[in-house]
This record gives sequence, C-alpha cells and structure tokens, in this order.
Amino acid sequence: MSWDLNRSNTHIIPFEFEYHEPKSLDEAVELLKKLGSEAKVLAGGTDLLIQMKMGVLRPKHIINLKKINGLNLIVDKGEYLSIGALTKLRDIEKNEIIKSRFPALYQAVKSMASIQIKNMATIGGNLCNASPAADTAPPLMVYNAKLKIYGSKGYRVIPIEKFFKGPKQTILENDEILVEIMVPYPKPYTGSFFIKIARTSMDLAKANVATKIVLNENDVIEEIAVALGSVAPTPIRAKTVESYLLNKRFEEKTVYKASKLVLKDIKPITDARSTAEYRRYVSQAIVYDALINSYKMIRGEKK
Amino acid sequence: MIIKFKLNGREVSVDVRPNELLINVLREKLGYTSPKYGCGIGECGACTVLVDNEPILSCLMLAVEVNGREVVTVEGLSKNDELNPIQKAFLEENAVQCGYCTPGFIIMAKKLLEEYSEPDINTIKEYIRGNLCRCTGYINIIRAIMKASKQNR
Repeated sequence: MSWDLNRSNTHIIPFEFEYHEPKSLDEAVELLKKLGSEAKVLAGGTDLLIQMKMGVLRPKHIINLKKINGLNLIVDKGEYLSIGALTKLRDIEKNEIIKSRFPALYQAVKSMASIQIKNMATIGGNLCNASPAADTAPPLMVYNAKLKIYGSKGYRVIPIEKFFKGPKQTILENDEILVEIMVPYPKPYTGSFFIKIARTSMDLAKANVATKIVLNENDVIEEIAVALGSVAPTPIRAKTVESYLLNKRFEEKTVYKASKLVLKDIKPITDARSTAEYRRYVSQAIVYDALINSYKMIRGEKK
Repeated sequence: MIIKFKLNGREVSVDVRPNELLINVLREKLGYTSPKYGCGIGECGACTVLVDNEPILSCLMLAVEVNGREVVTVEGLSKNDELNPIQKAFLEENAVQCGYCTPGFIIMAKKLLEEYSEPDINTIKEYIRGNLCRCTGYINIIRAIMKASKQNR
C-alpha cells in the first residue's frame, strides 16, 4: 500500500469511535451483525490504524478481537497444522514446526517487516487486509491451506485461493471473522521455497513467489504448486507453469522453459514500487530460482 | 475510559479516549517522553517500547490496548540514577548524535541482549532493521550494542 503522506498528519487518529472488546467469537459476530459496515475489526492494527490516521478509513466502531481466547495458537493436529488467525507473525517466525515443515512460510515471514511490526501484526490480518503483495499468501497457497471462517450462519471452511476477490477485497461477509488457517503437512519428498523481490527485504514486495514440488524416485514431478504475489489484483497460482511441469522429469532446462510461461498467468501493473515491465521480467527469474531451490530442499542441499 | 497498567514497574491509572495512541498517552498524559514520534506509519521505530516484554510501536497501538499489561520505556532502564550498560555503551561509542532515534534503538538492544548474550553482527542488524537513524550511519550504534553485550557477560 502506498500512503499519501499529504493527506493528514499521522500523530493522532483525528476522529472518535466506540471501542469494543468482545470476549467470545459469538459476541464479536453479534457486534459485527449489529454494527455492519460502520465497524472494523482490530487485530494487529499495523495496517488499520495507519489507514485511520490517514483518514482513508473512518469506522464508528472498533472491535478488538485480541481478548477472545484461543485465536492465537499454533497447534499440531496430526494431519495439518492449525494456526490461529490472531497468531503474531513473530510467533510464526519462531515456531519450530513451521520452520522445519513449512519452510516457504517461514522464509516469507522472516522477510517481512521489522521485529516490532511482527510482534503486533497477525497472520489473519495479513490475509484479511488482502494486499496483492501479502507475503504470507503465496506460501499458504502452495501448501493448500484452508481458511476457517465464523459468522452468524456458523463455520465455513474454504481453500485460500477462493478467499481473495481483488485488491483489499475478500469474500468475507460483514459479520464474518477469519478464525483459523489450516495447513496440511506436506508429503515426504516435498521441497518448497519462497523468494521476494523488494527494495530492501523488509519492504513490501515488488513481486514474490512460493513454489512446492513433490518428486517420485525418478525425479518426476508428481505434484507442483507455484503462487505469486504483487503481479495481479490478488495473489495467484501460476497454473500454466504448473500444468507444463506436472509429470515431467525435473531438469533445469525444462524448469527454465516453464518459468517463461508465468507471463501467461500474471497481470502486473505499474505502481509506486515497480513497473509492470520489471515485474514481468523478474517473475520469470524468481519462479525459476524458487523451483530450483525447492528441488535443492528435497536433496538436502539447502537449509 | 480509565485504564490501569504497569509502567516501568509502577502501577499507573489514566483516563483515555479510545482513539488515543499509546505514544501520546505516555508522552503527554504521563510525562514519559523517551518514545519519539517519527513517521507514524511503522517505518522508523523511534516510538518503540516494550509491552509485556516485547518491542512494539507505540504510535500504532491504541492506549486502551495496554490495559492490565506491562509497559517499559527507556526511563525504566536506569536504576537509582545509574545508567543501564546499554545506555552507557551508546554514550561511550558516540552512538548518539541528534538522539531522536536513540530510545528506539536502546529498547531493541535491550530485547536483543536478553535473547542473545553475544549476538553476531547479522543478529544485531536483524533486530535494529526496523529502526532508522539519519545521523550516525549505524556503525557506532552496532559498536555500542556489541560493547554492551560484552559487559553483560
């Protein structure tokens, strides 16, 4: 997000609002149902409060979700890892299971922001903010994460790819809250990797990519997922690259050819951070590099 | 609404509006002026304080959110008018020029040295990457943190 610094000073939030601290999900959903679009939910606040300071958003009600128990836990559920939507990015970065089993997610979070921001910002906030550049989205997409959502009609679970509608837009209804991210554990012989191109690594991405491959004993690609951010209105899967590589032997020249095909999958624009032209060039390069590094992860040549 | 929290080890209670930011309550209502207002958008780190012993940005946190929690600013680091080893090292290594960014760096250095007794340069850089300094060029700041870590042993 680029900020118009002339819009207003950022020392205060220049309007009053009512503050709510629900103690349960039901209480929060009730509030959202009653208050509708006049309310905004507060998680880490690192995006929301800036937008309020700038006058981009002027909610009449703020609903702080952080007093609801159990939404900030990382729990091993056997088949999958459950990450509470209010888990701080810093807790994800420090989690050993995520570091060893979901390296692309670990790399993405490691590359994000400062320690201070990561102590505040949540993974659910990163997703719900729905920036096309959200660094946690491409890794969660390649790991086939599912999102658990709670609202006045109860729970629903959707694949993360169905979550984003456009820049800053998700499929969440007004009375719905993202509560949990469910990430299935990868099979053996899975390699995954994340790469981000940014001015300095803590900046927002000009382009980012996560890749995941599963090989059989003959190096044939049995499963593949490639997801990119910052090169389309939402984070996207590169289906053309994926279908080209599926069931082929993993070889450098094949991967090189495949990485060129990413141009069919992306729709980059020119904005404050980069040009569409640069994004087209660099996307090919990082898709290639991430796939090669995913392979090296399987071979144990890379930590 | 009235909020109560521990500030530098002391219980405080203060009346705040929901739209007040933690930094402004600390500076203007409680008189703790070490957290500085820099960018206001999470880029510079000058407003860093510890909340429940984790460094956060006090310009991006509502004051109501620290109700019942524990806040530490640089004012809480010195004991009986004796500077903390990190503060001393910053003075000795000339890591302070205009001083505006210094409290943020010192809070990050405190957290860093709690987690690593002898951090290498990359770890130091990781911890201070959210803090901008326009004067020193960072070299003396890194040197000061290294010096403080050696005194910690």
